[in-house]
Amino acid sequence: MNKHITRRQFLHKSLVGAGLAVAASMTPSGIKISKAEDLKKKTESMFSPNVWIEITSDNIITVLVNKSEMGQGVATSLPMIAADELEADWKQIRFKEAPGGDKYIDPAWGMQLTGGSTSVRHMTEPLRKAGATAREMLLTAAALAWEVPQSECEARQGMVRHIKSGRTTTYGQLCEKASKLPIPPNPPLKKEDQFRFIGTPMPRLDVPDKVDGSAIFGTDIFVPEMLYAAVARPPTYGAKMISSDQDAAGKVPGVYKVVRVDRGMAVSASTIDAAWKGKKALDVKWDKGPHPDLNNETLEKNFTQHLDKQGVIARNEGNVKNALSRAAKKIGATYMLPYLSHVTMEPMSCTAHVLGDRCDVWVPTQNQSGVLQAAVKITGLRPEQIHVHTTYLGGGFGRRSETDVVEEALQISKSIGKPVKLIWTREEDIQNDFYRPGNCCRIEGGIDRNGKLTSWSHKVVVPSIFARIFPQMMKSGIDPAAVEGIANMEYEIPNLYVEYVRIDNPIPVGFWRSVGSSHNAFTVESFVDELAYAAKKDPLEFRFNLLKNHPRPRRVLEAVAEKSAWGKPFKKGQGLGIAYHFSFGSHVAQVAEVSVNKKDGTIKVHRVVCAVDCGPVVNPAIITAQMTGGIIMGLSAALKERVDFDQGAVKTANFYNYNELRMSEVPEIEVHLVKSKGEMGGIGEPGLPPIAPAVANAVFKAAGIRLRNLPMIPETVLKAMKKS
Amino acid sequence: MISLEINGKKYEVDVGSDVPLLWVIREHLKLTGTKFGCGIGMCGACTVHVDGKAQRSCITQVGSVQGKKITTIEGLPEDHPVKKAWIEEQVPQCGYCQTGQVMQAAALLMENPNPTDEKIIEAMDGNLCRCGTYPYIKQAIKKAVKEVKK
Repeated sequence: MNKHITRRQFLHKSLVGAGLAVAASMTPSGIKISKAEDLKKKTESMFSPNVWIEITSDNIITVLVNKSEMGQGVATSLPMIAADELEADWKQIRFKEAPGGDKYIDPAWGMQLTGGSTSVRHMTEPLRKAGATAREMLLTAAALAWEVPQSECEARQGMVRHIKSGRTTTYGQLCEKASKLPIPPNPPLKKEDQFRFIGTPMPRLDVPDKVDGSAIFGTDIFVPEMLYAAVARPPTYGAKMISSDQDAAGKVPGVYKVVRVDRGMAVSASTIDAAWKGKKALDVKWDKGPHPDLNNETLEKNFTQHLDKQGVIARNEGNVKNALSRAAKKIGATYMLPYLSHVTMEPMSCTAHVLGDRCDVWVPTQNQSGVLQAAVKITGLRPEQIHVHTTYLGGGFGRRSETDVVEEALQISKSIGKPVKLIWTREEDIQNDFYRPGNCCRIEGGIDRNGKLTSWSHKVVVPSIFARIFPQMMKSGIDPAAVEGIANMEYEIPNLYVEYVRIDNPIPVGFWRSVGSSHNAFTVESFVDELAYAAKKDPLEFRFNLLKNHPRPRRVLEAVAEKSAWGKPFKKGQGLGIAYHFSFGSHVAQVAEVSVNKKDGTIKVHRVVCAVDCGPVVNPAIITAQMTGGIIMGLSAALKERVDFDQGAVKTANFYNYNELRMSEVPEIEVHLVKSKGEMGGIGEPGLPPIAPAVANAVFKAAGIRLRNLPMIPETVLKAMKKS
Repeated sequence: MISLEINGKKYEVDVGSDVPLLWVIREHLKLTGTKFGCGIGMCGACTVHVDGKAQRSCITQVGSVQGKKITTIEGLPEDHPVKKAWIEEQVPQCGYCQTGQVMQAAALLMENPNPTDEKIIEAMDGNLCRCGTYPYIKQAIKKAVKEVKK
């Protein structure tokens, strides 16, 4: 069998869920993934001591991955963990996405959700145990077969060897016998120095599929008799439907039916082109909605006004008021950051098939538990009748923890009684997002006569994400995302006051890569820099003085300082800026080297040096890639991205007005992993937060202008230049 | 009926001539390696080769490519230096844009087997990647260039 077919096979296995049993049970209802002919595999005996590992007599080991692969590498890093304890040969390892369901919930969270840079942190322990259990059982099976003591056998590279006689047997050969053994309660775990895969840059299991085009994303699903759909939604927040032309839509060739859905009207059709043409012909008219005055200017004004409102106290150390009044030097600043869109390269999509006694959902989701709940609610079926099949995700960044597109697909399929594939256009995707919230901060800081920071008062105005998604996590009215990175900042400041003012408006907000840290790192790290200059100290030295009892932040700062040659002289218009941030359990410092063109206001970022301490490392190559990607996404946001609003609607529509960083604007990036014995941190998100302040701080060094509003577009730069 | 030649195979497809080539390739012929990203030719996820040149299939009417040779990612040989370099450099993250990136890079090397850094950037600047794999893409193209030279 050639390599290509093997890859296809495991991919299809991943899409139909729990392998052959499920694939067979799906056939009566007529559901199969296209190209399913590749799926056929003769029935083999299988050893599956737990829900995470399957070993078959063809000597293939499949690790079930309960976290969604959206680029962050979980389809490789999680199998590495299981394979290591299992003493597998890496060539035997395949993965498949776990089906949605209770068996596969994240034990730390009690739900099946990928987010918060937690996958490896939450799944290391269960997967190590799973691997060790399987290994011990395979050893026992071999010892029994050879009638030798188990202590004389060793497991290595997918084989069990009898040390004395040199006899060997493969895991595949042992799987039938092993499957009949009792499960050992406490299999021994390896010591750190015995790891073979953990800590090494193993190649990603998903890469070949993603290079040859065989990787199946949400948009690539085909189900027999499947129709396509397009949905007409309110063009402004809260708009009500006035009229529609169903006759005209029905006359478009290929259009099947027009049905109502929660958010508007859906046109189903035999091709996607017909669905879109049908939606156009439907010509839904809407009223202006209740927020015609909502636009960039009114939003900004509203945020600024909220700075004078009373909020809730998120942290209060010492006595900030007193300390500020006694400070030798006091400075203050106001920062404003825009709404941002996720813009995953794969627009929102979902395929759903609702039958009387069964429902299938094929979806690139970060939130299988949420999909399951939505399907129960919409179909009225029991959870065990609902089958959630997770495809590859064409980007996630938090957006795919929402289930809005799933709800639409389910409602349409239920209404018309046929499987439906829904693919949003880019415009729909950008205009119906749950955005990274816009926000505004007022910060004051006080320095004593020795240039030491004594007090910090921080008021943050930002909409709440948790109030909608996880209201149970709102404590005393504080949204944890709103103050993350501020209330828990590492800096040792005797008088620290953090106040959160919640602002409500019609714009929905959600998790966007690094969440609150995506904005709070900018304001905190920019202001630390402002304070350093006010204290006439070097920004790096100033930070060191605030981190006397914090070795992990100090070490990443030392690393970037050394690698970037911090302190080296630059000619006018060029400079280095530094920033540090702790998020999702990891410490990251970055230095950006920039030049500022004072004539046209453009900022060029030449080089970024990054140091990360995320504690124990599973796959260093994936960490480097995630840091690099986080820096580029963060830089894109810092320099270019902003969602615009006008007349109660999202004005931004597609890549011509949602600007993202392109290859020509990407700096040279180097990432250094700082070794540490500290607690394990996440890697998907922590690379993003420090880059915006590092660049803004470098711009100050290079051009003497302090940019307190994002994005740092030429217009903003020129405006700041005029002021200074 | 529209007649198409894709990856050396001839197809007759019953679609209007104004339908974008992308949707014919994907939803009629089920060659799903070519992706939909923006529908306006600004992201490059849908890049295919038409008579050897990179073209955005989302803004190419299917009627306009009759009689031309179309290549999709599925038609690029498995041992193509660009594909090999992409795997060696471990370029993809989410992977959604990567087939378009590979097609764009392959077209560049056909036109210019020894591009400078500037030429690489110029050729690739229309292809977006939200995961930020750009440095890896650049590295992989340089590797493929070396391989082609051999």
